[in-house]
Amino acid sequence: MPQITLKINDTDYRLDVPSDMPLLWALRDKLNLTGTKYGCGIGQCGTCTVLVDGQPVKSCRSKAVNLAGKEITTIEGLSPDGSHPVQRAWNHVDVPQCGYCQGGQILVATALLEQNPKPDDAAIDEAMSDNLCRCGTYVRIRKAVKLAAELAADKGGAV
Amino acid sequence: MKTSNGHDVPNMDRRAFLKVTMLASGALMIGVGCKETSTDVEVVQETWIANLYVRIDTDGKVTIISKNPDGGQGVKTAFPMVVAECLEVDWKDVQVEQAALAVDDRYGRQALGGSRGTPDGWDDLRIAGTAAKDLLIAAAASEWAVPATECFAESGTVVHKPTGKSKPYASLLNTAATLPVPDVSTLKLKSRPEEFKLLGTFVRGVDNPKILTGQPLFGSDIRLEGMLYAMYQKCPVFGGSARSANLEYVRTLPGVTHAFIVPGGKEYNGLQPGVAVVGTSFWEVNEARKQLQVDWETTHADSSEDYARQAEALAAGPGENLRTDGDIDAAFASASRVVEASYHYPFIAHANMEPMNCTALLHESGTLELWAPTQNGKAGREKISATLGISENRIHVNQMRMGTAFGRRSRTDFMTEVAWIAREVKQPVQLVWSREEDMTHDFYRPAGWHHFKAGLDDLGRMTAFDHHFITMGKNGETVYGANLSENHYPAGLVPNFRLRQSIIETNVPTGPWRSPGHSAYCFAYQGFFDEVALAAGRDPLKFRLDLLSKSYGKPPIDLKRARDTLRLAAVKAGWGRDPGPNRGLGIAFHYDHGGYVSHVAQVLAEGNSIRVEKVFSAVDTGPILNMSGARHQVEGAVIDALSAAQQEMTFKNGSAQKRNFSNYRLLRFNQAPDVKVHFIQSDNPPTGLGEPPFAPAGPAIANAIFAATGIRIRELPFKRSGITV
Repeated sequence: MPQITLKINDTDYRLDVPSDMPLLWALRDKLNLTGTKYGCGIGQCGTCTVLVDGQPVKSCRSKAVNLAGKEITTIEGLSPDGSHPVQRAWNHVDVPQCGYCQGGQILVATALLEQNPKPDDAAIDEAMSDNLCRCGTYVRIRKAVKLAAELAADKGGAV
Repeated sequence: MKTSNGHDVPNMDRRAFLKVTMLASGALMIGVGCKETSTDVEVVQETWIANLYVRIDTDGKVTIISKNPDGGQGVKTAFPMVVAECLEVDWKDVQVEQAALAVDDRYGRQALGGSRGTPDGWDDLRIAGTAAKDLLIAAAASEWAVPATECFAESGTVVHKPTGKSKPYASLLNTAATLPVPDVSTLKLKSRPEEFKLLGTFVRGVDNPKILTGQPLFGSDIRLEGMLYAMYQKCPVFGGSARSANLEYVRTLPGVTHAFIVPGGKEYNGLQPGVAVVGTSFWEVNEARKQLQVDWETTHADSSEDYARQAEALAAGPGENLRTDGDIDAAFASASRVVEASYHYPFIAHANMEPMNCTALLHESGTLELWAPTQNGKAGREKISATLGISENRIHVNQMRMGTAFGRRSRTDFMTEVAWIAREVKQPVQLVWSREEDMTHDFYRPAGWHHFKAGLDDLGRMTAFDHHFITMGKNGETVYGANLSENHYPAGLVPNFRLRQSIIETNVPTGPWRSPGHSAYCFAYQGFFDEVALAAGRDPLKFRLDLLSKSYGKPPIDLKRARDTLRLAAVKAGWGRDPGPNRGLGIAFHYDHGGYVSHVAQVLAEGNSIRVEKVFSAVDTGPILNMSGARHQVEGAVIDALSAAQQEMTFKNGSAQKRNFSNYRLLRFNQAPDVKVHFIQSDNPPTGLGEPPFAPAGPAIANAIFAATGIRIRELPFKRSGITV
C-alpha cells in the first residue's frame, strides 16, 4: 500500500492508501475529514467536490495517489470560522435545508468567483449545474452566489 | 463525550427529574425543581432544568432541546423558536441541543413525517416555554415580595412594572427551583401572529455554522475509535435470500475483516436476507463487495411492462366500487357534455442525497447504541428489539441529522442491518449503502393509473364524476402510498360521484414518499380539472373556484381557505394576463396534511423544450413559525415536484433497473424556476410545510405547458409526452 503525503488545507498528512482509492475515501475514512460527502461515487452529483489548486474536482473520481504535491482544499479548510465571503453569503441567505450537498456547492461557488468575480446568471448556471441539491435550494444558491460576489468585492462588507 | 472526529454525543444519563405533569399531547413533562450539578468539567456549573425542553445556566446560557430529528425540514430551528418565543428570551442567547430518542414517551412523538411535527409539537413547546417563564416570574415576585401579576418577562429578564426594577433569569434559578410546577390549565399560551416577536421572522438554521464549515453533523460523519465500515448486499430481486456466497475469497481481499451471510426474514422493512462485508474503509469494502458471488433464491420476476399490461386489462373492467353518491348513470345520461381522460404516473425513488447509513456499537454493558439518521427512531428500536432480542430499554438511539429524508428514512431496515452486524463483529461499525443499493432497495412511490369521466351541465358545472383508480397492492390490499381515500375531493363537491378501484399485485417495496399518495394523484386530478374547464369553455381558475364553492354533505375540506389560496396565487401571478409568445400560465390547488396550497406556474416553450420560469405560490398553513424555513419548504417542494415529474423507476425480472444519477436524473440548477412564496397566516393552528406545497406544483407546471404548447401531459415523466425540461 503506497504511503503518500497530501497537502490538505495547508497541512501535510502522511497516509497509507490503496493505489486506486479515490481521494473522497482517503479524506473520509483514513483522515476522518468528513466534511466532504459521498453522494453517487460516479461524478454525477458534485457532493464530494474539493478544490485542487483552486479548481473544483470530484473527489470520488480522483485517485488520492495522484494528488500528492497539489494544494487540496476541503470545506473544512475554506475558513474554519466561516468568515469566507461565500460562507457568509450562504449563511445570510440561509441556503441550507438539510445541508448535505452544501460543502460542495460552496467550493464550486468559491472557484467560480475566483475566476469570475462578477458572474452573470448564465455564468452561475454554467458553474453550479454540476452539483445536485435534493432539497431544491437552487433559488437561494443563486442569491447567495450574487451576494458573495458583492461581499468579496467589498472586503469590509457587513454581512 | 466526543467521537474521534469531534462529534458531540448527546449525554445519555441526564437524571434530574422529580415532578411530573401532563402536556397537552399526553406526553410527560418531567422535571422542575432540582438543580443539576455537572462535575465532568473543571468548573462546577449549575443548571436549572425547567422542564424537558428548557435548561438555564447560572451564567445566563439558555439551552433549548429539539426533540425531533431534522432532515432539512427545519424543525431543529423552528421548534426551539417556539419555546424561545414563549420563554421570552432573545434568540441570540439560545443554544439548541438535539435530543436523543427518549427511553419513554416523555417527548411524545419523536419522528419526522406526515407534516405532523408542527401540529403535534405546537402545544407542548408553548407550554414548556410559558411554564418556565411563569416560574421565573413567580421567582422574581417572591424575591421582591410583590404580586406576580405586577411582573412581566422580556429578553431573559423579569421586570416589575410599577417600579421598573428587573432581574435577569440567571439570578432567579435557585428560587425558581423551589417553586411548584404551574398548572398547565392556567398558562396563557401565545397563539396568534400578532402576539409573536420571534416566530414568523426569518431565522437562519441553527446548524449552519457546522454545515458551512464541514464539521461532523450527519449520520455518516460519525467516527468512533476502532470503527469498521460495513456494507450489506441484498438480493437484487426484492425479497430474495442468499443460499451461499464466496465468502472465503472475499475475506482475503484488501481491507476486509469480516464477510458473512445473514439469514434475515421476509419483511422488507425488517432484516432482509443478505451478505455483510466489513472492513477498514467504505471504499475497500465496496470493492470487495463487487467481487461477491452469491447464489440467490428468488420468488418473483415483477416488471413494469407487465404492470402496464395488467393496468390496461383492468381498465376495461368495472373495478371495486368504493363510493357512490347520487345517481351517476342518470347524471351522465342527462349531461350536456362528457369529458374523459386517462392519467398515469410511474414508480419513483427517493434518491436521498445521503445514502442510507447507520452506526452501531454494542457496549460491554449489553447496551446497543446507535447513531441513526432516521425519521422514526422508535420504530427502528422496536424492530431491532424484535429481531435481535435486545430489550428496548437497552437500545439507545442518537437521532442524527439526515441528508434529506422524504419518507425513506421512516423505514428502518438499515438500523436493523447495522445492529445485527455490530453484534457479529463486536466492534463499532458504520453501515453505508452505496448509491446503487440506495436506488435499488428503496421503498418506492407506487405507480397509478386514473381513468376519469366528468359530466357537465349547460352552465359548464361538473355534475358527475366517475373515477376508476388502478393501483398497486399485495394480497388484495393496496400497498403503502397506493391508497386513495374515498372521501378525497371532488367527493362531496359533485352531486353524482363514483370511485372505483382495481389492484395490481406487486412485490416491489413501497413506502411514504413526500406527501404520500397526494404527491402522485394530485397530478392526475388537477390536470383533468383543467381539461374539464377548458372543454366547458371556462377559465381554469373560475372553474376551480366554483367547484370549491358548494359541497354536498359535509365539506371535505375548508372551502374558503382553499379558494383564498387560489385567488392569492392568481393575483400574484397576474392570472388572465397575456404571458407573451410561447409562454403559458397554469394553475393548480391541493389540500393535504392540513395545508392549503395553490400554485401558478409560468413556462416558456421553445418547441417541445420548456423552461419553467416562475412559480407563484400561495400557502395557508396557519401562522408561520420560521419565515426562512417556511419559504424553504415551498421553494424546495416546487423544485422537487418539477424534478419528480422527470423521474421514473422501472423494474425488470424483479429488480430495479436504474442505479445511479446517470440515468435517474434529478433536476439541476439551470433547470430550476424562481419561486415566489406568499403566505396567508390564518388563525388556524400551524401545520407542517414539508408536504403540502409539493402536490399541486407538478400539475400547475403541466397545465402551464398545455397553455404554452397545446400538449396535454397525461403521463409522467414529461418526456413521455415529448416534453423536455
